Amino acid sequence: MSEFEKKVIEYKERINNSKNSEEILSINSEIFGKNGIINYEFKKLGSLPHEEKKKFAANINKAKQELTDIFKAKSIQIQDKGIIEKVSKEKIDITLPEKDFKIGKIHPISQVIDEISCIFSEIGFSVEEGPDVENDYNNFTALNTPENHPAKDMHDTFYLDEDMKTLLRTHTSPVQVRTMMKGKPPFKIIAPGRTYRSDSDQTHTPMFHQLEGLHIDRNINMGHLKGCLNYFIKEFFEVDKIKMRFRPSHFPFTEPSAEVDIGYRLENNKIIIGEGDKWLEILGCGMVHPNVLKNCKVDPKKYQGFAFGIGIDRLAMLKYGIKDLRSFFDCDFRWLNHYGFDPLDVPTNYRGLSR
Amino acid sequence: MRFTKDWLDVHLKTKKNEQEIIDKLNGIGLEVEKVEPVKNELSDFIVAKIIKAGKHPNADRLKLCDVNIGGMNNIKVVCGAPNAKDGLLTIYAPPGSTIPKNGLKLEISKIRGETSYGMLCSESELNLSNETDGIIELSNKYNNKIGKPYFQGKNNNNVIELSITPNRPDCLGVRGIARDLYASGYGDLKEIKKIKFTKKTKHNLKVKIEKNSNQACSIFGSCLIKNITNKESPSWLKERILALGLRPISAVVDITNYVMFDLNRPLHAYDLDKIKNSIKVRNSIKGETLKTLDNKTYTLKENMCVISDDQGALGLGGIIGGVRSGTELNTKNILIESAYFDPTITRKTAKELEINSDAKFRFERGIDPQSVKDGLEMAAKLIIETCGGEVSNFDIQETIKQKNNKINFDTKLVSRTIGINVKDKDIIKILNKLGFETKKKGKNIEVKVPSWRPDIFGEIDLVEEVIRILGFDNIKSIEPEKNRVKPTLNFYQRHFHLAQRSVASKGYYETITWSFSDESINDKFRENYNTIKIINPISSELGVLRNSLYPNLIYYMEKNLNRGFGDQSLFEIGPVFKSKKPGDQITIICGIKKQQHDEDGSRKNNLDVFDIKRDLIQTLVELGVNKDEMSILDKSPSYYHPGISGSFHSKDSKFLFGYFGQLHPKLTNHTYGFEIFLENLVNFKIKNKKNKESLILSDYQKSDRDFAFLINKETKAQLLVEAIENVDKSLIKDIKIFDVYEGKNIPPDKKSIAIKVTIQSDNKTLNEDDLTSISKKIVKSVEEKTGAQLRS
Repeated sequence: MSEFEKKVIEYKERINNSKNSEEILSINSEIFGKNGIINYEFKKLGSLPHEEKKKFAANINKAKQELTDIFKAKSIQIQDKGIIEKVSKEKIDITLPEKDFKIGKIHPISQVIDEISCIFSEIGFSVEEGPDVENDYNNFTALNTPENHPAKDMHDTFYLDEDMKTLLRTHTSPVQVRTMMKGKPPFKIIAPGRTYRSDSDQTHTPMFHQLEGLHIDRNINMGHLKGCLNYFIKEFFEVDKIKMRFRPSHFPFTEPSAEVDIGYRLENNKIIIGEGDKWLEILGCGMVHPNVLKNCKVDPKKYQGFAFGIGIDRLAMLKYGIKDLRSFFDCDFRWLNHYGFDPLDVPTNYRGLSR
Repeated sequence: MRFTKDWLDVHLKTKKNEQEIIDKLNGIGLEVEKVEPVKNELSDFIVAKIIKAGKHPNADRLKLCDVNIGGMNNIKVVCGAPNAKDGLLTIYAPPGSTIPKNGLKLEISKIRGETSYGMLCSESELNLSNETDGIIELSNKYNNKIGKPYFQGKNNNNVIELSITPNRPDCLGVRGIARDLYASGYGDLKEIKKIKFTKKTKHNLKVKIEKNSNQACSIFGSCLIKNITNKESPSWLKERILALGLRPISAVVDITNYVMFDLNRPLHAYDLDKIKNSIKVRNSIKGETLKTLDNKTYTLKENMCVISDDQGALGLGGIIGGVRSGTELNTKNILIESAYFDPTITRKTAKELEINSDAKFRFERGIDPQSVKDGLEMAAKLIIETCGGEVSNFDIQETIKQKNNKINFDTKLVSRTIGINVKDKDIIKILNKLGFETKKKGKNIEVKVPSWRPDIFGEIDLVEEVIRILGFDNIKSIEPEKNRVKPTLNFYQRHFHLAQRSVASKGYYETITWSFSDESINDKFRENYNTIKIINPISSELGVLRNSLYPNLIYYMEKNLNRGFGDQSLFEIGPVFKSKKPGDQITIICGIKKQQHDEDGSRKNNLDVFDIKRDLIQTLVELGVNKDEMSILDKSPSYYHPGISGSFHSKDSKFLFGYFGQLHPKLTNHTYGFEIFLENLVNFKIKNKKNKESLILSDYQKSDRDFAFLINKETKAQLLVEAIENVDKSLIKDIKIFDVYEGKNIPPDKKSIAIKVTIQSDNKTLNEDDLTSISKKIVKSVEEKTGAQLRS
C-alpha cells in the first residue's frame, strides 16, 4: 500500500468522523485544495516514466472520485442535521390569529337574481332590462290599466311630475312592453330589477325587487306556464318535490290571471318548502292579455303566451331565512357579513346554485 | 267584503259546510282573507285587570283606577264600586259601547274633574244577573284573557272576509258570491221573491237629471215612504250590520246598508221633509260647499255630480250624502235613492276630494244599472216591515239606455289558451249559471253579458270565466324544454355581473340602497345634474332621485361607524339618474373605504389614495381594459379632495372610465372612494375589440438598469414613464417607479424619482455596449421631455 493510499483511507475515515461543517470544509481543502493531497499526488506524474503514467493517474482519479462521493454524502448529512436541530428549536403558537384577508360579500338580492337567471337560462330565457323611471303609458296604459281605474289603487305610485305622466315603475311589467315594441316574436325573457311603491311599513319598503317573465310564441298556453313555474320553484328551492297551487286572480295585463301559492310547513320556526299544509303566496301570473299584445304591435290572433311577476326580496327571505324585509336595505355591516355571499359563489348550471 | 254563512244561505241552498265553501271561494278567485268570530253587541266587553285602584282626588266614594285592557299602556277609569281593588280581574266597557241593561252609549267623560275612559261593569249592567253590588269579580283563569272579549265563544258564527279584485264588483254583494258558488256546483241559487205592495201612494216630488257635459248620473230611481216610525233595527238586522264591521244606527240607515251588501246595490235615504221642492241631479258649480255625513265640509270644484234641491247640494252622487237631508230617529217621511253613476267620473271626484265610502268603492267598480228597481223594492219592503209607512210608486229617470254587451265567442279559444279541451256543452253550462245568456251562432256562440258584469268585454274574459270555475287544477303542466337559442346575458350584462363580483373580491361589501336620497346631501354630489324631485315622497329624506351613489353609501357607512365598525369597505352597483326622462340613467359602481382613525393616534391610518387607485385599476383590468389602454388625469368632481383625486380615461380621452380619490374632507373624514361608469367602459370595449396577441417569450438575458432623476415637484411621474416607454418599445419590457423622495439633499422645488427599467431583446443577448447605448437614450429622452436631471 502506497503512502497515498494510506492517506486516502485516513481521509475517508476523517470525513466520516467529522462533526460539523467547519471541520468537513477544512478536511475538504486538505484533500482537494491547491496544496491538497490530490494535487500533490498529481504533481508526481511528471517524473514518472510514460508507461506508468496512465495507471498512476487512474489510481488518483479513482481515489478522488471516492473521496468526492464520501464528502458529498457526509456534507448533506451534516447539513440535514443542522437543519433538523434548528427546526426542532423553532416552535410557534399556531393558535395565534392568521393574517387579515379581506374578501367582500355579494348582497343576497344580487345572489338570488343570479340564481334565478341561472335557472331560467337553462330553459332558454334571456335577460332584459328597463329603466327605473317610466312613463305612465308603459307602466299602466299599455298594460291594459286604463286611466282612473281602481286597479291603479293597488299600486301606490311615486310620481315625478304634477300631471302624473312620469313615474317610478311600480312593477317590472313595463319591460314586457319595451321588449315587445323593439323586437319581433317569439319573446322569451326575464327582467329583474328595482321597483317602487310609496308604501313603508314592517312588510313594505318604498323600493323592492321584482322579476318579470314573458314567453310569447305561436302556441304557448297555460300548461306551459304551469310547467315553467313548477320547474323554477323546484330548482330555486333545490328540492325534488314542490306543492304548488294556482288561484284565479286579477291583473289587468293578464287574462286568465292567477296567484301562485307554494306549500310549506314550519319546523322549529323554520320554513320547510315543498311539504306541509300551509300556503304561501309567492307570485302572480297569467296569459298576456290580447289588449297588451295589441298595444305592443303583436298580433294576438297569431301569438299568445304567458307572463309572471315574482317578488325577489320575498324569495330571498324564504330561501335564506331572512326575517325582516327592511334589513335588505339597511346596510348593517353585521347583516351584510352574515347574509352576504362569497363573490366566488357564482351560481352555475353545472356546479349548482349554492354551496 | 264580509259576510256570514247564514247570510249566504239567504241566497244559496247548499249542503256544503263553511270550510268547504272557504276552500271553493279561494279556488274560484274570491280570495278569503280572514275568518273571524262574528261581532255582536257584547263583543265590546272585554276582560280587564285593575293594576292600581287609587283614590279619586275630588271624591271620597270614587276610585281612579289604572286598568290594563291588553295593550302596552294602562287606561284611567273612574269607578264607584266598593270592591274595586288592585289586581282585580273584571269586565271593561270601552267608550262607544252600549250598556245592555239601560241602552246607554258610553262616552269619554269627566267625572269630578278626572277623565274616565269607559267603565267597569256590574253583573246587572250586562244583564247577567240582578247583582248590582259592585263590579264583576272574575276568577284567576281569566288572567290570560285580558284584552279579549268576555262573551267570546257564546256565538260560533264566523265572518268570512274576502279580498275582491277590482274586476268583480258583483261579488261586493252576497248575492254575487252565491252565484259564483252556484256556478261551481256548490248548491242552488235561490230565486228572489217578487215583492208586491198592496197600495202605492203618488210620488209627488219632482226629480230631474240635468243634461250637463260629463254627467255622471244616467239613472236616478226613487220612491217616497211616508209616515214611518224610524227606530232601532231588529236584532237579525243588527247582527248582520255588526258582521259587516259597521255600527247599527237606525232601521232606515241599516236597511240601506243591508241592501248594499246583500245585492251590491248602494242606496241613499233622505229626510223628505228637509228637501226643498225638488231633486235636481246636476254638475256642481265651482266653490259650492257641502257638509257631508262624515262631518266634513267640502268645497266642490266644477262638474262634480251633486244631488241637489232648490236650496243647494244635498249630497255627492255615488259618494256620500249631506248632513242637511240626513235621516234621524225622529224622521217621519223619507226618499230613497237608487241610481247609477259612471265609474270613472265618480272615481275622479272622490279622488280629488279624498273621500272614501262603501258607495264610492262600488260605483267606481261598476254597479249593475238594472238593479235600480230591485234595490228600491227590497229597501221599501224592509222599511215598511220594520217602521211602517206607505210607499209611493217608483220614479225612474233614465237619460241613457244601458244595453247588454254581446260577444261572438269562438270556443276554440278555451283550449288554445288553457291547453285542455272543454266541451261546448260544459262551457255553455258554466256561462249560463253565471248569468250569461248563450245562443248558437254557426260555429260560435253568441254570449249576452249580464248587466252586473262590467268586467266582461271580450272572448278572453269568457275564457277566464270558464277556467276559473272549472278550476286551475285541471290544467296539465307541460315540462319546459331545455333549449337555449339566445345567450342569457348580453355584453353589457356580463360586465355588470363581473364588475359586481370583481369589486366584492377586493374586500368590499355589496349594499343595495334606495334610488332616492336626501336633497340637501344629494346637492353636494349633484354637480351639473338637475334635481329630480319626487312629487309624493315617503319622507323628505327620500325626496329626490339620486344623482350619485355617494350620499347613501356615506350615510350608511356612518351609521355602521356609530354601531362600532371602523374599518369598512362598501360598494353599490346601481342606477344614477341624470334627468327624469325615462332611460336617462347610468349604471355606476361606487366603492368607499374608511379606516378607523383614533383621536389619540394610537392606531395609525395607513390607508391612502393608492389603495383606492389599486382597487379601481385592478377592477378595470379584470373587466378587460388593459393598463396601457388607460390614461390618468388629475381632474375629478368637486366632491373629491382637489389635490388627492383623479380620473381614468381611454387613451384618446373619448371614454371616461372612472374617478377615484379621497372624498372632500368638508363632506366626510378620511374616506376614499371610486366610481366606475359601466356603460362607458362597455362602449369602449365594443369600439376597441381586440384579440389577445400571441405570446412571444424571449429566452435571452434581461437586464435591469436603475435611474434616479431630479425633477420639478409639480411634474407628474407618469410623464417620466411615458418618456422612457417611447425610447424603444421592443427592448423596454417594464418600467417601475420604486422610490419618490423629497427633503434633505434635494432642492426644495424638486423631487427625486427612482426608476427600474427592464431591458431585453427578443432575438439576441444584449452586450454592454447595447445597454449603455439604450441607457443614454433613456436619459436623453427623459431630460428633453420632462426637464429632469439624472442624479449622479
